[in-house]
Amino acid sequence: MSGPLAEVAGLSVEFPTRRGVVRAVRDAGFALHAGECLAVVGESGSGKSVTARTLLGLAGPGARVRADTLSFEGRDLRALTPREWRRLRGRRIGYVLQDALTSLDPLRRVGDEVAEPLEVHGLATGDDLDDQVVALLAEAGVPDPETRFLQYPHELSGGLRQRALIASAIAARPSLLIADEPTTALDVTVQAQVLDLLDARRRDGTAVLLISHDLAVVARMADRVTIMYGGLVVEEGPAADLLSSPAHPYAADLLAAVPDLDGPVREPRAVRPAPASPSGCPYASRCGLADDRCRGELPPPVPYGPGRTVRCFHPGEDAPRPTARPAVPDVAPDVVPVRASTVASERAVVSVRGIAKRFRSPGGSWRRAVDGVSFELRAGEALGLVGESGSGKSTTARIVLAEIAPDAGEVLLDGEAWSGVRERERRPRRSRIQLVDQDPLSSFDPRFTVERVVGEGLPRGLTGARRRERVAALLGEVGLGPEILDRLPARLSGGQRQRVAIARALAPGPEVIVCDEPVSALDVTVQAQILALLARLRRESGVSLLFISHDVGVVRQVCDRVAVMKDGSLVEIGGVAAVLGAPRAPYTRALLAAVPRLHAGRRAAVPAPAMDLKGPT
Amino acid sequence: MTAPTTAPYDPVRAAEARSRAPRRQLRPGPVLAAAFLVLVCAAAAFPGLLAHAPDQVDPAAALRGPGAGHLFGTDELGRDVLARIVYGARPSLLVGAGSTLLAGLAGAAWGLLGALGGRMAGGAAMRAADVLLAFPAILMALLVVAVIGPGTRNAVLAITVALAPGFARVVRVQALVVRGSPYVRAAVNLGLPPVRILTRHIVPNVVAPLLVLATVNVGTAIIAGASLSFLGLGPQPPDPEWGAMLAQARDYLDASWTLALFPGAAITLTVMSATVAGRALQARYEGRDAA
Amino acid sequence: MPSLARRLLRRLALTLVAVWGAATLAFAGMRLVPGDPARVIAGGVQANATPEVLDAIRDQYGLREPVLVQYGVFAGRLLRGDLGGSYQLNQPVSGVILDQLGPTVALAAGAAALGFTLAVAVALVTAGRPHGRAVSRALEFGSISTPNFWIGVLLLAVFSFRLHWFPVIGDGGLRSLVLPSVALALPIAGVLAQVTREGLERALDQPFAVTARARGATENRIRLRHALRHAALPVLTLSGWALGELLAGAVVVETVFARQGLGHVVVAAVRGRDFPVVTGVVVLSALTFSLINIVLDLLYRLVDPRMRPEPA
Repeated sequence: MSGPLAEVAGLSVEFPTRRGVVRAVRDAGFALHAGECLAVVGESGSGKSVTARTLLGLAGPGARVRADTLSFEGRDLRALTPREWRRLRGRRIGYVLQDALTSLDPLRRVGDEVAEPLEVHGLATGDDLDDQVVALLAEAGVPDPETRFLQYPHELSGGLRQRALIASAIAARPSLLIADEPTTALDVTVQAQVLDLLDARRRDGTAVLLISHDLAVVARMADRVTIMYGGLVVEEGPAADLLSSPAHPYAADLLAAVPDLDGPVREPRAVRPAPASPSGCPYASRCGLADDRCRGELPPPVPYGPGRTVRCFHPGEDAPRPTARPAVPDVAPDVVPVRASTVASERAVVSVRGIAKRFRSPGGSWRRAVDGVSFELRAGEALGLVGESGSGKSTTARIVLAEIAPDAGEVLLDGEAWSGVRERERRPRRSRIQLVDQDPLSSFDPRFTVERVVGEGLPRGLTGARRRERVAALLGEVGLGPEILDRLPARLSGGQRQRVAIARALAPGPEVIVCDEPVSALDVTVQAQILALLARLRRESGVSLLFISHDVGVVRQVCDRVAVMKDGSLVEIGGVAAVLGAPRAPYTRALLAAVPRLHAGRRAAVPAPAMDLKGPT
Repeated sequence: MTAPTTAPYDPVRAAEARSRAPRRQLRPGPVLAAAFLVLVCAAAAFPGLLAHAPDQVDPAAALRGPGAGHLFGTDELGRDVLARIVYGARPSLLVGAGSTLLAGLAGAAWGLLGALGGRMAGGAAMRAADVLLAFPAILMALLVVAVIGPGTRNAVLAITVALAPGFARVVRVQALVVRGSPYVRAAVNLGLPPVRILTRHIVPNVVAPLLVLATVNVGTAIIAGASLSFLGLGPQPPDPEWGAMLAQARDYLDASWTLALFPGAAITLTVMSATVAGRALQARYEGRDAA
Repeated sequence: MPSLARRLLRRLALTLVAVWGAATLAFAGMRLVPGDPARVIAGGVQANATPEVLDAIRDQYGLREPVLVQYGVFAGRLLRGDLGGSYQLNQPVSGVILDQLGPTVALAAGAAALGFTLAVAVALVTAGRPHGRAVSRALEFGSISTPNFWIGVLLLAVFSFRLHWFPVIGDGGLRSLVLPSVALALPIAGVLAQVTREGLERALDQPFAVTARARGATENRIRLRHALRHAALPVLTLSGWALGELLAGAVVVETVFARQGLGHVVVAAVRGRDFPVVTGVVVLSALTFSLINIVLDLLYRLVDPRMRPEPA
């Protein structure tokens, strides 16, 4: 076939709601050829998933879809009847959703789920069907497919579930595979394997439409990249060109915000937080280059170099560094080597000595969550704790916070016993060690205003106007204005909520803040703001950070030292540059090899790690 | 009857939903429901203002259909049905609202004890609730009436005993959810003393959804009370009560079927109004649209 | 020991506790009666039985013994399945219950079949379809808010007295079962239909439903093969309550239709303070409900593989 496999032009999708029409996608378009991978990148709410689902006729209930061109395999999709749509779905276009735990029917056997497209399209029956399903599972890299066939989704690990979901999507040999955030919930090593699997399909001639928020994943897989913002395609072009020299300011900001493993360590660059502009260019409200024209008029897509288009009046111009709020020095001068400016002393604030903890699994057996972990957190330093799910890093955090007692070993705070003493003795000292976790909203009492949330960490003697003043000062420190004092946290954005959580953690004047995946739930540009804030707070107040993350890139940006955990044990600990630059433990090497890198490029894709890092179930 | 709500209410998600919910305009359902409830409450408080003489016997005018003079007709003794319905509002409401209130209070204390009372006291409290929940609410109420005898006050007590264990279970689940919630974890990490955590975080976040649940359950209690009366175990004659009126009407169906129409409609409309009002309250609290 | 067997044993133990608790409660209730139990047995407080008759009654029922001894005798008999004799009917309680069990079970079973079928059918047709849903929601709300005895009285008025389609008085035939079953089933069907539809709609919103659609599955296939099973879970959770309401509702509905049955017996026993009969019914229903809940628990595990214990 000479023409594109799928072609979309002038696509707009609207959802009528009670509060008016939501324009999810405006004037979007792309072309996709056989054997090509096109990535659609954007933040949550950018319209990227809706765009992809339009190709399946599944834009959503009540969606109003209009397009100048909407064709697949030469057919005009706009004219399809419901029956014709069903013949297309699963047969010619396969669809892989994120989070296979909920995307596979949890009450049906894995084999039945994989078989469904073959059954629905009448491609196989009886024993032949079972044989094909087993073969498909094997093809998707599921070990022991005959056993998995009969199991239920919850009995499989996340990686295997995702493989089963892919097996189902490719069952009827579709010519296009749509993968919507296919690796988002997965550990990096598993993520690498799943990406390889998709890449193998592409090499066999299947077109892949990859929806992702993760530019590093995209860099590894995609031939072409489309970047969406506020329902618009803001930039489109070959992956290598676009990722090395983004033309649209949003693309540039997005790239700058990615915590990468390569290049100099810089203070995370913050992007001005603001909702999309209602008129003109949607990015004008956040853009450092925006002028009156940008705010009043929607820029048309214009060609920008070979095979590239960009929707901007100032393509490729170097944006002045955007400033968040003039009053808030969140955004430091650009290239600040973080570690040079902070000198950690040798005094240990927290000493963890040989702690161990086991839990009873539902089946009755005991599982060692943490097994003989020792480290010290020194005054003023940021220590990263990285590991995949189940490595014991969160259990370690809970022991350090004295939320649970270790079975063996001890934790000292400022040289005094911290674990193993009575809660009554510990309570007065709890103010010294605070927590910021992944989901700030659920950590706020739903009835409390921001003032009460933050004020709860202040000494009880402080009352009335002085208390309010102090809360406002703390909010100022984290870059929030006093106008939110009386608001409910539920009405704040994700980034604002995390700032409130940080303000609360600062309120009692702690020596240590434990950050448990503090930016995992945030869009990458917001993530960069929070990381910048944490880095600045540490520099200014000298608080020590125990920074727990699954993301090595994030740890590299924030931390001085890093400890790598696997299966409840520390496998390696040392300076960030040493551990990440020249890893000694085989596990660290495998972990680093699996991390997708922005500038590695697809052709130089890292081979999948030799070791299977997680058990089959 | 309304099913017991057992899913734990999630205040965090509710708060988030609440913040997204648009300003609600007045919807006709809740407004009508509120108007009817006001009417019923007025009848319960000042029946003399709305009707007179519920027990004036007039054998000459017995079993008349609806018409002028007697808007809803007359019963087998010639008593005015409208007047009896107006005067019957008080015992019906008393049983419905009174038993819900008492059961809610008892259930809250019971459930909190079950959740926070530790292994011994808490365990014993919940085993007791399990025993009481092992048989249907009406049967429980019948058992209580068998012991203490019929009558309005006793019906309130009987239904209170029947409803309280269900409330206790809901409160316990909610208290456990709140106690395990990240915001209580955050309060512990801030070093707040347990009493403060209990009074500032746990109790308010358990009680608020309980209030809503109780409002929705008033309808259940009204139906249960009317059932007792229908069986002749509620308020005793000659006091008018809706359920008891239906029991009488059942014996004269061949003569006047409209006799069965109005007391039943009074019960159903009151239950509907209470439920609609309760749901509106719930929707307001949880920040979603009323069902 | 496999955890399923352990759980089953635990549930059975809890059943015994519940039955014992119910029996103790009933016994305590009996002793709490204001006035002299002997008088109650003799025919109510107002009855003027002679002192000799009362003495004879005290001897016959062991009322002179200390309460604890009486309790011991009561519990011992209960262990042997002996529920004592009725005060009013001069017949063993177990006999009274066995005689009257049939009609009540028939009524409850008829109503259960009708209620569950109606609920699932309505939910399957209306889930996720705005117009159908609006209509059936209004109907469900109406049926939930209406007491079963009023439905019963209205049905009687229309179909028995007016149209003469069905008998006025229950005669044990199948025709006389229709109206009572409808009266009993409707309020419960309303609740079940709501819960089933909510379950279906929740399932239809899940990513796996989107995935199934993206495989080309038809809407009917998604409803029947995927969503219905998910909707069965909340329905099963509620079934214990629903079956309880059915049996309890039978008490009232039997009175409406003047049917024979346990409900009839229990109402008469409560009116006449015939405690052995009340106790017998209470113990029986505690046992029935505990067993029903065990069965539902097992069914739940059958439908939801996530609740099954891991293989050893």
